[in-house]
Order: sequence, then structure tokens, then C-alpha cells
Amino acid sequence: MSDPMIDITDVCFTYPDGTEALRGVSFRIGHGESVAIVGANGAGKSTLLQHLNGYLAPTRGDVRIGGQAFTRERIAEIRRSVGVVFQDPDDQLFMPTVFDDVAFGPLNLGVPPEEAERRAVASLDRVGMAHLRERPPHKLSAGEKRAVAIATVLALSPDVLVMDEPSSNLDPRGRRRLIELLATFEHTKIIASHDLELVVELCPRVIVLDGGLIVADGPTERLLSDEPLMLAHGLERPHILRHRHPH
Amino acid sequence: MDDLGRMDSPIHRIDARAKIIATAAFVLAVMSFPRYEVSALMPLFAYPFALIAVGNLPAGYLLKKVAVAAPFALFVGIFNPLLDRQPMGMIGPVAISGGWFSFASIMVRFTLTVSAALALVACTGIHRLCAGLKMLGLPSPFVVQLLFLYRYFFVIGDEGLRMLRAAEMRSTGARTLAFQTYGTLIGHLLVRSMDRAQRIYRSMVSRGFDGEVRLLRREAPGWRDVAFACGWIAFFAFARSWDLAEFVGRWLSRGPS
Amino acid sequence: MHMADALISPAVGGTMWATSAGLIAWCARKVKGVCDDRLVPMMGVMGAFIFASQMINFSIPGTGSSGHLGGGLILTILLGPHAAFLAIASVLTVQALFFADGGLLALGCNVFNLGFFPAFVAYPLIYRPIAGARRAGGRAWTAAIVAAVAGLQLGAFGVVVETKLSGISELPFGTFLMVMQPIHLAIGVVEGLATAAVVEFVARVRPEAIATTPAAALGQRSLRPVLAGLLVAAALAGGGLNWFASSHPDGLEWSISKLTGKEELEGSGDGPRGPAARIQEKTAFLPDYGFRPAESKPAPAESSAGPGAGPWPAVSAGTSVSGIVGGLITLIVAGLIGYLLKRGGRTTT
Ligand SMILES: Nc1ncnc2c1ncn2[C@@H]1O[C@H](COP(=O)(O)OP(=O)(O)OP(=O)(O)O)[C@@H](O)[C@H]1O
Ligand SMILES: [Mg+2]
Repeated sequence: MSDPMIDITDVCFTYPDGTEALRGVSFRIGHGESVAIVGANGAGKSTLLQHLNGYLAPTRGDVRIGGQAFTRERIAEIRRSVGVVFQDPDDQLFMPTVFDDVAFGPLNLGVPPEEAERRAVASLDRVGMAHLRERPPHKLSAGEKRAVAIATVLALSPDVLVMDEPSSNLDPRGRRRLIELLATFEHTKIIASHDLELVVELCPRVIVLDGGLIVADGPTERLLSDEPLMLAHGLERPHILRHRHPH
Repeated sequence: MDDLGRMDSPIHRIDARAKIIATAAFVLAVMSFPRYEVSALMPLFAYPFALIAVGNLPAGYLLKKVAVAAPFALFVGIFNPLLDRQPMGMIGPVAISGGWFSFASIMVRFTLTVSAALALVACTGIHRLCAGLKMLGLPSPFVVQLLFLYRYFFVIGDEGLRMLRAAEMRSTGARTLAFQTYGTLIGHLLVRSMDRAQRIYRSMVSRGFDGEVRLLRREAPGWRDVAFACGWIAFFAFARSWDLAEFVGRWLSRGPS
Repeated sequence: MHMADALISPAVGGTMWATSAGLIAWCARKVKGVCDDRLVPMMGVMGAFIFASQMINFSIPGTGSSGHLGGGLILTILLGPHAAFLAIASVLTVQALFFADGGLLALGCNVFNLGFFPAFVAYPLIYRPIAGARRAGGRAWTAAIVAAVAGLQLGAFGVVVETKLSGISELPFGTFLMVMQPIHLAIGVVEGLATAAVVEFVARVRPEAIATTPAAALGQRSLRPVLAGLLVAAALAGGGLNWFASSHPDGLEWSISKLTGKEELEGSGDGPRGPAARIQEKTAFLPDYGFRPAESKPAPAESSAGPGAGPWPAVSAGTSVSGIVGGLITLIVAGLIGYLLKRGGRTTT
């Protein structure tokens, strides 16, 4: 494999109000890898994810997706290859029906209507929500909303799936379904989450963020069982790793 | 209302445009009757009744909505009987003034148009209605505006009610807020709404939004839809030109003699 | 102050519909021309916000009543006139369709009364000159209150004029005006206070949100065409009002009937006689049951109409027993048809 899927070098970002949310972040993620980004509230996870589809541009540093930098000409293409599932599905599902929402992306790409419809149906099928196609999004349960939000992104056939807090607001069953669904995706996955058990199940690698800096990057089991590390950065050792001992 | 719009019935299946046109013609027909008209309006009830019946809509629910909206018409119309005391008709020995006729006419028109509008929405659903309006030439930014408004009314309404409940719990429990609290609470709601708009925009952009919202609706009107619109318009024209109620009444009152 | 269909004549309703539709089309083009895509979700969410905020009331001290945000002015402050007009129109449309609040035919009137005045009169001519770029402090509050009062006064005046021109309500123009204007003075003050408080709050906690609202630019750039349009509209309205004022209500109906070729005024001396009038004349023979209003002289409102104007509808207006019986029976028949259709529908589904 030539270029890594995602290559981030020394990225800094300061919000207009002066908040330094990222202070020099670097990492590489290869094709097909599943990586979790964890950290306390305000650590900079969401800010970092917004750099991955060019919604935010780094104040300093470099972001490359599939070897490509974000330029005016490339940005549309890169956005197509990086699908972002946002924290609140209500922000992502803005169309009158589930179907319209899933078809929104393909139609924007200039795909002909029949093909857009086919893709929308296929994506809904993929997340098991095809029966909801004519429903208005505000009538869905939290779990259904989340699944449909994922479908809206799948309809663009992205190479990378970026998810911010995918399991928030889900009940245990909805969460279990989500984990099973995500486990079936072959895409490169980047998941920011406070749900460390989900992280253990889905991502072999984890990046720990604190105060806009990477404080650890390595195998999930080892980092998350490292009690002092976890506690130092506002996290705790997940239950499933409780009975195991760090090497 | 949403759930009603998604049901299936022969009326639901009619093209949204046909229903919009028929309803517009209906409202115009009703409004064009002379001000003292009451009985000649009655045949027009066939339209809302038909929509409700064939569309399997809950009549009681719609009726309640009509009643809720009635006070304004009542308020302005109620002066007619007081101000227009010219006798215009008799029921048995009692003379009825023109004001009562025009008042009754106002209320009948009100019931007709409001029930037809509600039935139209209930048997079409907002998104098909909007798509229909768009195809009839309503500017697309306005159609998108309607859809977004409808979509986020629920989200922001929920947010507002949650904040209200929290504020109530901390105050004396009064239903209305002190002005100070109100400004802060609504201000907060506004700020949150603005942030939400920004997040929505972000998610639109990340799915290729370029300023144009495209709706995938390919309804081609069939002969049924054309027949629906034309049939009703013909009926409205007929009912407008010939006083059916009068015919029936006269036929009956002549019967015995 | 949403008007209902029942109070509006097709002529007035249609005219206002055309006016509002034209304004919507114009604003839509303007908004699209700005090329700020952020406006699309912002307008929608702001409309929803206004809608939602109307569920929440504050108490007005000393009166026992309560008030809430009307929305026209604050939307214009946040979004600029064009986007705000579309947002207001959308709120009113949804209210008309889903809550039967204001009728379909009356929608044009309502959009105009509640949208045009705050967005294109009160904001550019009153709020901006007074408040300038300030969003907090005494001047901003004064601007909001004066602008809200002015907007609502104009709106209320619109309601009265439109109702009067429609000639369906018997309320005398002066009385209606005397009721509506003072009520809306109070409502306007409340609206202005609420608007000022909310705007100030946002300006305090999120100054950049108000400054970077996509529409800030939009409002400025297109102020001049608005003013020009306003002048034209004022001239047209003035001319129109004069024309209406000089012609009696029947004259209005009559001219409409001429325009549309439809017979509005059966029996009118100078109007063309349509098939309806002929039929009714031929069949108007039940003297025991029906009155010919020609004999039972017109109502007070028509006395102003002058002798040339014919009486209101012949047979049907004089309806009595036959009309009532007939009306009831057709109502029952209509209901029966509905019932049968329903049963028919059941069996097919
Ligand atoms: N729009 C903004 N303007 C200014 N500062 C911001 C903005 N968004 C986030 N911040 C600040 O940037 C920092 C990082 O925020 P970010 O949302 O990336 O954290 P996070 O790790 O996603 O937190 P959480 O777990 O709560 O989602 C925080 O200090 C936050 O207050
Ligand atoms: Mg976050």
C-alpha cells in the first residue's frame, strides 16, 4: 500500500474565539483500519473529526486523505470519500422523509434519479431500515435515526467512515445492534466515543486525546487497561477489560 | 397529521397537484357565493366529506381542529346579526334578519374551507404537498423553507418545552414566565437553534450540498388524477350556478300539493 | 390577527394572494442570488424557532395576560428582509395548513399583513435607522419597540381594510378600526419588548452569532431596491384604495364578475346576466316561501351602495323554509355519499 488512507501532520486548530482546540496532532491510519479516538469532554475529538472532511481547515499543519491534500478542486471528491456521521442525528436527517434524506447525497453528486433511488434503497437495506423509507425522521426512535444517519453516508459509497459518538442516546439493544452493524463494514473507520466497551469491540487501535494533544496511540487492550493512563486523562478502564490484566 | 398523510387510500394515491388544484377551486367556489347564501353552500360539503370518507380520515379529529380555529370567524361574524336587522326570511312565524343569514353563511364557509384544507393535508402529507406545490411552480427556496420549518419545528419545539419545564421547576410553577426569565430562555433557545442550523449546514455540505435541494419525486399525473380535478371543478361550477338545495327544497314542498 | 377565509371575498383574497406570491417569488430569487448556502438551513431553523417560541409565554405584569414573540421583526433582524419574509410566509403557511389558523384564501392577506410590514417597512425604515448596528442598550430597545408597534399597526390596519373591502362582515370600518388599532398597540409594545430582550441576550452571549448571521450582508446590499419597491407598492396601494373607496362594494363585485366572466351578482341591473341568474329568475316562483330581496329592501351596508346597485342574490338570499329544507337535505345527501364512499372504500381495501 502506497499512501496511508489518512495522514495528519502536526495539526493545530484555534477557534475564532481563541480556544486552542488542537495543539499539534499527528497520526496515520491505513486502509481498512478501525481506530478509536477517546478523551474527556472538550479534549478536541469533534474538532479533529471535522478536519477529516475539510469542514475545518487546520490553522497549522497538514491533513491528507488518500494522499490528497484539501484543495478547492479536490474538496468535493474528498468529501465523497469520507463519510461523516455526526453526533446528533437530528442534524443529519433534515429532509422530509428517510428516503429523501438518504437520496440527498447521491442526487447532489449528479447521479441520475433512478440510480440515486437504487443507491438509497440499497443503503437503507444495508442498515436494515428499508421499511422506514417513507417515514419522517422526527418520528423515528434514537436507534433508527442513528441507523438512517449511517445510511445517508453509505449512499455516497465512502472509503472512510467517520463517526462522532455513534452510541450516544441508544438503549442497550440499540447499541448492540449498532455495534453488530458497524462490525460488518469493511471501510476504514474512525470512531470518537466515550463508550469504551464499544471501542474495545470494534477498534483494535486507539488514540487518546487530552487538551488538544495526543497522549497515547496504540493497541486498544493495552492502553485501555492501563489504569493510571486512563485516570490521568479523565477516562476509566472499561468493564470488559477489568478481569484481564495489563501486561 | 403526518401519520394520516402516509396512509393509503384511493384519495391518498391521487397526484398531489390534482388535489391542490381541486381544493383551490373549491375554496374559490365557496368564497364566490353571495354573502347571504347558506343553503346553496350545502352541496359543497360533498367535497370535504368525500376526501374524509374515501381517505379514511378520522372525521372527529379533523372536526376538533376546525372547532379550535373557529373563534376568530365567530368574533368577526357575530356582529352581523346585531348590525343587519333587516328581515330576509321566515321560519314559520319568525322573521330572520339578513344578519343571521350572513352570519350563518360565514360560519358555513369557514367550516367548508377549513375542513377542506385540513382534509387536503391529511390525505396528502406535507412532503408530497410541498413536492406538488413545487411542480406547480412555487419557488424552490420557499418549498425547501417549508420542509425545513416543518422538520425542525418538532426538534426545536421539544427543546423549548424541555427548557420550559426546567424553568418551571425552578420557579414558582407558574405557567407563564416572568419577562426576565423569558428573554433568557428564548434567547438560549435561539442560540441553540442557530448552532443547530450551523451543524445542519455542516452535515449538508459533507454530503455534497451545493445550494440546491433536490427532491426525488416523479409523479406523473394519470387519467385518474386529471379526472379527479376536472370532475370536482365541474361539480363546483355546477353547484355554484344551480342552487341544488333550492331545487330539492322546492321539489319537496311542491310534492304534497 | 390571522384572517379566516370566511371573511374574505375572492377578489380581495385573490389580489392579496397574487401580491404575496409575487413577493415570495421575488424574495426567493434574491435569497438564491446571495449564494450563501448557509441561509438554507438557517432560515428553516429560524422559522421553526419562531413557531416553537410561540408555545412559550411570559406574563405581562399587572394585566393578568401573557404575551409571546410574534416573530416578524426578530426574523428580519436575524435574517434580513428577504429571507425573513420567506420564513414568515412559511410559518403562516404551515399554520394555515396544519392548525387551520388563518384560511387558505386568506393566506395571501396574512402573509402580507404579518410579513411585508415588519420586513419591508418597520425594519428598514424604523429599526435600522434607530438601532444602527447596536443590538443592546436603550437605542436598540427603543428601535425594537417602535418598529414592532409600527409593523403591527400597519398589519392591523391591513386586516381592517381587507375585511372591509371584502364586505362580508357587517362591522363598520370605523368601529373595527377602533377595536383593532389600540389592541395592536399593546400587542406591538409587548412584541417589541420581547424582541429586544431576546436580541440583546444573543448579542451578549454570542456576539459573533448575530454579527455573522448570513443575512447581515443581504439586508444591506438590497436596501435600495426595497425602498424603490416600497414606493411603487405604496403608490399602487394608494391608487387601489382610492379606487376601492370611490366604488361601492357592489361595484367591486361587479367589476370582478366582469373580469372573470363569472356572474357574482345575480339580478344586478348593470351586470351581465349569467346562466345562474336566468335559471334562478325562471324558477323563482315560490312566493309563499321565498322573499325576493328586491321587495324586502337591502341591508344597511347596501344603503351606502346607492340605488344603482342591485339587491343581493335573488331567490337564494330570500331563502326560507324551502331553502332550509333543501339545504338540510343536500347536506344529508352529501353526508350519505361520504358514508357510502367510506363503506365502498372499506370493502376495496
Ligand atoms: N464552535 C466553537 N467555538 C469555540 N470553541 C469551541 C467550539 N467548538 C468547540 N470548542 C472548544 O474546543 C475544545 C474542543 O472541543 P470538542 O468539541 O472538539 O471536544 P470533544 O472532545 O468533542 O468533547 P465532547 O466529548 O464533549 O464531545 C473545547 O474546549 C470546546 O470548548
Ligand atoms: Mg464532541
